[in-house]
Amino acid sequence: MDATSIGWLALPLAILGGAIRVSTPFIFVSIGELITEKSGRINLGLEGTLMLGAMAGYAISYLSGSPWLGVLSAGLAGMAFGFLHGLLCSVKRVNDTAIGISLIVLGTGLAFFLGKPLIEPKAPPLPSIALGFWSSVPQVRAALDVNALFFVGIALAFAVYVFLNRTGCGLMLRTVGDSEDAARALGFPVLRVRIIATMAGGFLAGIGGSFLSLSYPGSWSEGLSSGQGIMAVALVIFARWRSINALGASLLFGGAGALGPALQGIGVTGYYYLFNAAPYILTLAIMVASTSRAAPFADAPGELKLHR
Amino acid sequence: MSVPQVELKNMTKRFGANLALNNVSLLIRSGTVHALLGENGAGKSTLVKCLVGFYHPDEGHIQVDGREHRLNSPRDADALGIGMVYQHFTLVPSMTVAQNLVVSGARLPAYINWQSELRRLAQVTRKLPFHVPLDVRVSQLSAGEKQKAEIVKQLYLGRKLLILDEPTSVLTPAEADEVLGHVRSLTRAGELSAILISHKFHEVRRFADDVTVLRRGASVRTGPVADLTDDALAEAMIGEPVSKMVQHAPKSPPKSDIILSVRDLCVNGDNGLPAVKDLSLEVRAAEVVGIAGVSGNGQLEFVEAMMGQRDRSGTMTVSGSPFNGTRREIARLGVYGLPQEPLKNACIDRMSLAENLALRNFDRVPLCRGIAMNYGALAEQAERLVAQFRVKAPGLNASMSALSGGNVQRAVLARELTQDVRLLVASNPTFGLDFVACEETYRRIVEARNRGTAVLLISEDLDELLGLVDRVLVMSAGRIVYEVSADGADKRVIGKYMAGMKAA
Repeated sequence: MDATSIGWLALPLAILGGAIRVSTPFIFVSIGELITEKSGRINLGLEGTLMLGAMAGYAISYLSGSPWLGVLSAGLAGMAFGFLHGLLCSVKRVNDTAIGISLIVLGTGLAFFLGKPLIEPKAPPLPSIALGFWSSVPQVRAALDVNALFFVGIALAFAVYVFLNRTGCGLMLRTVGDSEDAARALGFPVLRVRIIATMAGGFLAGIGGSFLSLSYPGSWSEGLSSGQGIMAVALVIFARWRSINALGASLLFGGAGALGPALQGIGVTGYYYLFNAAPYILTLAIMVASTSRAAPFADAPGELKLHR
Repeated sequence: MSVPQVELKNMTKRFGANLALNNVSLLIRSGTVHALLGENGAGKSTLVKCLVGFYHPDEGHIQVDGREHRLNSPRDADALGIGMVYQHFTLVPSMTVAQNLVVSGARLPAYINWQSELRRLAQVTRKLPFHVPLDVRVSQLSAGEKQKAEIVKQLYLGRKLLILDEPTSVLTPAEADEVLGHVRSLTRAGELSAILISHKFHEVRRFADDVTVLRRGASVRTGPVADLTDDALAEAMIGEPVSKMVQHAPKSPPKSDIILSVRDLCVNGDNGLPAVKDLSLEVRAAEVVGIAGVSGNGQLEFVEAMMGQRDRSGTMTVSGSPFNGTRREIARLGVYGLPQEPLKNACIDRMSLAENLALRNFDRVPLCRGIAMNYGALAEQAERLVAQFRVKAPGLNASMSALSGGNVQRAVLARELTQDVRLLVASNPTFGLDFVACEETYRRIVEARNRGTAVLLISEDLDELLGLVDRVLVMSAGRIVYEVSADGADKRVIGKYMAGMKAA
C-alpha cells in the first residue's frame, strides 16, 4: 500500500468534496428563494434563472477574461429575471406559480439560444482555495480544493439570518410576507418590497447558476442543471424558511448527490443510477417524515398561498 | 402633544352604486370616548377607515384642531397621532410582540440590538396599563392577549386618538372591563381620545361619553350617552320601534334520553399542541347545552373534531352509535350544524342558492336518479325552502355570494333544520348577523329544541348563550371547567371561569 492509497477512507472524503461542490448552487438558489418567499411570493422560475445565470456568467467571463465579472453579470441577469417575475405578479389576478413555470421555460430556452456559440470556447473558471495543502494525499487535496463561492454562500446564510432577525428592513420584509393587512396598516409599500425581494432572489439564483458553468472543470453545456432550481424550492420548505437550515439542507442534499460519483470513484460501479437518485429519495423521505398535520410551521410566511 | 379635537364633516363615500356613507358628520371632543353604534353594514368601519387613511371619502373632509387635513395613507394618520385597533388583528403572527412593536415604529432601525431594544421596550411598556409578554410569538397569544398587545402597540406609538373596532368581542367580561376601563381613565386624564365601535349598549353606557348611531350609511342620532335611553338607541339602530325581543318559547323540560355523548376527547390545534383536553359531555333530547368561553380556548377545534374535520382521540356517540362525520352517519343519525360565518363555512359561494340548499340531500332520492341529478326536484325543493324561511334572493339561480349575510343564514337554517335533526351543533351562529337575522336564528334554535332536538351551542357571546340554554358549560384552556344550569347561572362567576380563574 503506497502513500496515495487511503482505501475506504476515500469514500467519506469524496462525499465531503462532492457535498461542498454540489451544495454550492443549492445554497445560493435556496437562500434566494427563501428571501422571495419571505415576502409572500413564490418564484418557481429559478430553474430558468439558474440556466440563464450559468450562460451569462460563462459568456461574460469568456469575453472579459474575469470570472468574477461573469459572476456579477450572472447575478444581474438573474435580477432582471426576478424583476420580470415581480412585475408580472404585481398585475391583479396573475398567479405567481404559473408565471414561475413559464419563466422556467423562457429562461432555459433563452440560455440555450444565446449559449449556442459558447459550447466550444474555454472561459476562465473561478479560483478555488486549496485547503488541502497540508496533505500529500491527492484525494484529500482534491476534496478540500474548495471554490471561493462556497464560502460566500456560507457567509450569505448567516448574513440573511441577521438581515431577517436584526434589521428593520428584514422585519419589514417578514411583515409583508406574513400579513398583507398588517403591512398595509403600517403603510409599507407591499408591491415594491415583493418586487425587490424577487429581484434579490433572482440575483442569488443567477450567481448559483454561474457556479455551475464557472467552477471546476468549467464549461457551458445545455445539461448543466439537473433541476437544482426546482429542488431549491423544496429545500426552502424542508428548511422551514430559516436561512441557516437552508445551508444545512443544501449541504445534506449535496452530500447525498455526491454519493453516486464517490462510490464510482472507489470502484463500486453497480447501481450507479440508483445512487444518483439518493438526493431525491432523501428529500422525499425527509419531507414525508418531517411534515405532519400536527407539526407547526411557525416561520412559514402567511401570505404564501397557491391561489391568489 | 396635547390631545386634539377631531372632526369629520359631511363625509360621503360610494363603492360603485352602493352609498356606504351619506353625509356623515362626527365630532370627537378632546379627551372623550365617542361610541359609534350601528348594525353590520351601517358604515361604521367605512367611516373610521376614512379617518385612518385607508379610504378616501368622495366628499367631506377631516379637521384636526380646526385645521383641515387630507389623509392619503395610514402614514398620514400616524403623523396626526390617529391609530386604529382592528377587529381582525394586524399584528404579524410569526413575529414576537417586541418585533411587532419595532416594525410598527415610525422609523425602521437599520440594525437592531435585541438586548438593548428589549430593555428599552420593557421600560416603555412598564408604564402602560397592561402587561403583555414581549418575547412570545403573536401566533401563540390568546385572542385577549392579542387585543391587549394591539392596544399596547398603539399607546407605545404615542397615539392621541385611538379607534377601537369592537374590542371586546374576544375578551372575557372582566378583561373587557379592564381594557376599556384603562382607555376610559386615559381619556379622563386628558392623554387620549377614543372612538369605540360597538353594538353592546351596556358597554357604550359604561365607557362612552358621546354616541353616534349610524344606519345605512347615515348618522341618525348623536349626543351625550346620558341623554339617550337604550330603547332610543335600539330604535335608532334598526329604524323601527323595538318589540321586546328574545321572546323565548316556554321551555319544556329536557327529555331523559342522551343524544350526544362525548368521552375523553383530545384534539390537537394547528400548532400541534393539545387544544382540547379530556373533554366529556352529554346533551339530552330537547336540551340546549351552551359552551361559553373566550375565543381561542379550544372551541373551534372541539367543533371541528366533532364534525369529523379534525383528528381526535376519545369517543363520540350520537344516540348510542359512534359518529365520525361521514355523510352516511350524518344522514342516519341526524347531525347538523350552524357554523359561524355561514357563507364561508356552510356554503359554496359560487354555487347557486338552489344548489346550496341541496347540499345535504342532492345524493338521495328524489334529488337524484341514479347518477343523474333531477333539477326539477332541486328547484322545487329550493322554492319550498325559500318560501318557508323567507329567504330574500335575486333568484333561485343567483350565486350564493350575491345574498346578504342574513339571507345566507336563513338559507342555511332552511337547509339544516328541515332535515331530520337529532343533534344540532351551532358554533357562534349569529356572529356578524344583524338584529333580525339573530332573532330568527334564536327562534329557530328554540323551535328545534322544543321538537326534541339536542342542541349544542358554542358561543362567545355570553348574553346570547344565557338567553337560550338549559345548561352552561365553561370551556377554558381546552377543558370544561364549570357547569351550571341556566337558572343558577351568574354572569360574574361564569366570567371568572372563562378567564381561567377559580371562582372565589
